[in-house]
Amino acid sequence: MSEAAVGYERDSTIPLGGPPETMAARILRSGRMTLGGGLLLLIVLACLLSMPWTLSESSGFGYGKQYETKVRAEPEPTAVGLFGYDVLGRSLVARCLLGGTISLAVGVAAALIAVVLGVTVGLIAGYAGGWIDSTLMRIVDILYGLPYILLVILFKIALEDPITSLIAMMQGSSPSFSAGQAANLIVMFLAIGLVSWLTMARVVRGQVLSIRSMPYIEACRSMGLPTTRIFIQHVLPNLVGPITVYATLTVPSAILQESFLSFLGVGVRPPLPTWGSLASEGITALSPVKVYWWMLLFPCLLLMFTLLCLNFVGDGLRDLFDPKREASKV
Amino acid sequence: MPEPLLQVRDLNVAFETSRGDVRPVRDVNLAIYPGQTLAVVGESGCGKSVTAMSILQLLPKPPAKYLSGQIFFQGRDLLQLGESEMRSIRGKDIAMIFQEPMTSLNPVYTIGDQIIEAVTLHQGKSGRAASTIAEAALADVGIADPARRLGEYPHQMSGGMRQRVMIAMALSCQPKLLIADEPTTALDVTIQAQILELLRKLQKERNMAIMLITHDLGVVAENADSVAVMYASRVVETATVEELFDHPVHPYTEGLFKSIPKLGADRHRLDTIPGTVPNPQRFPGGCKFHPRCHRMQGDQTCSSVEPNLREVKQKHWASCHRIDGYQTAAVTVPSISHKRQVTAGAATEVSA
Repeated sequence: MSEAAVGYERDSTIPLGGPPETMAARILRSGRMTLGGGLLLLIVLACLLSMPWTLSESSGFGYGKQYETKVRAEPEPTAVGLFGYDVLGRSLVARCLLGGTISLAVGVAAALIAVVLGVTVGLIAGYAGGWIDSTLMRIVDILYGLPYILLVILFKIALEDPITSLIAMMQGSSPSFSAGQAANLIVMFLAIGLVSWLTMARVVRGQVLSIRSMPYIEACRSMGLPTTRIFIQHVLPNLVGPITVYATLTVPSAILQESFLSFLGVGVRPPLPTWGSLASEGITALSPVKVYWWMLLFPCLLLMFTLLCLNFVGDGLRDLFDPKREASKV
Repeated sequence: MPEPLLQVRDLNVAFETSRGDVRPVRDVNLAIYPGQTLAVVGESGCGKSVTAMSILQLLPKPPAKYLSGQIFFQGRDLLQLGESEMRSIRGKDIAMIFQEPMTSLNPVYTIGDQIIEAVTLHQGKSGRAASTIAEAALADVGIADPARRLGEYPHQMSGGMRQRVMIAMALSCQPKLLIADEPTTALDVTIQAQILELLRKLQKERNMAIMLITHDLGVVAENADSVAVMYASRVVETATVEELFDHPVHPYTEGLFKSIPKLGADRHRLDTIPGTVPNPQRFPGGCKFHPRCHRMQGDQTCSSVEPNLREVKQKHWASCHRIDGYQTAAVTVPSISHKRQVTAGAATEVSA
């Protein structure tokens, strides 16, 4: 036998170094997707924030005219009209931008409340243990048990009037339409935020429980580090990954919850648009007589695009806080 | 005769559980002298680690509670100290290294961060001074290019390297006593030999006492000065390493030695101790070893009276009714200041 020993030839159909990396995995690992996602998200944000200037009276899209109710003869999307006009003749691009601002604001506010409340409660419960843990977690369980629509409606009833009069008082005038709108938005932020922190609290508590039983925490204690320092310097940094990932996932889910509430009529009060309510308007506009497809398409595309970017950024942030991932790239 | 550095007297520890108290440590007496290595040997669950954790009071209270006993360290009873006093002892006077080098370092910090943290905490040094000490500590444990290694994360190192880092961290504050809780169990034999040799070298340089917790009798034979054998939460036999290996008197110790494979012995099967370690929640009455003991005889002594530790020979304590002269032996506090004469190498055939 001049050939090498039987059974030691390389099977050329199996590539060296294990199974080939999928394209998706490679792109994700290279970090380009994260960077791209972040960049696109920034562009979306820039568009949203530049709205008062780009959509001013003189620019032709008519930010001021977004409440104008003149039925257009040609409502289809064009180069000048961009996304077209809705059934009532309002500029869709103007409404999409305003709606996006509100949607994102709701998402970010809800995520912030969820992070602050959820992390605090989860950390305390996980680290203190015993009856403190039990009490906090039972509160979370009870809040979980209540249907969140009910909670949101209760919050609305309880908070909207006091906040309206508070805003009016600060403006020094009687309760007005604009004060009511502002109060409505604040209540939306609070209501969705106060519902979203529950899962965060549970996630953080679970992580704390698993980290506090890690040998390195015991090693810290055997080195004589005080409890608070172990807590802040050794437990918290290990939580950054899950917290970031969960926070970036909270933003899209809050946006979706808000659109669901708007659809039910308990969300952001029309005529203020959100991406969710624009999409639901778009669905009702799909009549057999005249198909306003753009009313559904553009808000949905924007929503999808933004949520995708958010998820990529979340992934990237998690990698950033994980030294192992960083090293594997080098 | 010098004073022992650490003396554990009649220590009793209990864990509260929903089905009543469990007693992982019962009437344990240990003594360690400066520069000495005390090996604590026993099967899993016999109370070795709980004893070690009790010394540093690392057990969470509840469920753990100290029922009675004293732990004297340099004349002070550690059990009477408050948490903040205890913190100043941990790491500074008594340091500990653990079984799992893979998870005993925080994955989100560099090696340097973690050693420097210990140095700044106990020595009040910071910045450059602290990192110089950390670098020297890494060099002491035989890590090449310590300056560069300080900036590396734990996952960039192998198990043996990490255990070296753990030792460097534990020794960076010059402790008087090092508790090594199965320091080499997770490592392979060649690395194990290196780590133990390193510990021996550092011990000699610094006259540091080591409490070596292990279940590997080869490790004991090579490193220990005195040995305490634990079974079912109690010390059942304690003596100098030479005496214990040459003349074990307790049937459990005998069983442990018989279960070691010997090079060149023409045997097909190893001797084993029949049965398993009893569950602490359902300890048998009398001597806890009697259900597995070959010396068990018809009368009721073994199954009804639990033997206590008695000095059956000069500097050799054991607890078994069936040892010759046990009934007349004196009940004394075990304390062995002996240092081994033969250094590692002579006893290697036991570990082989």
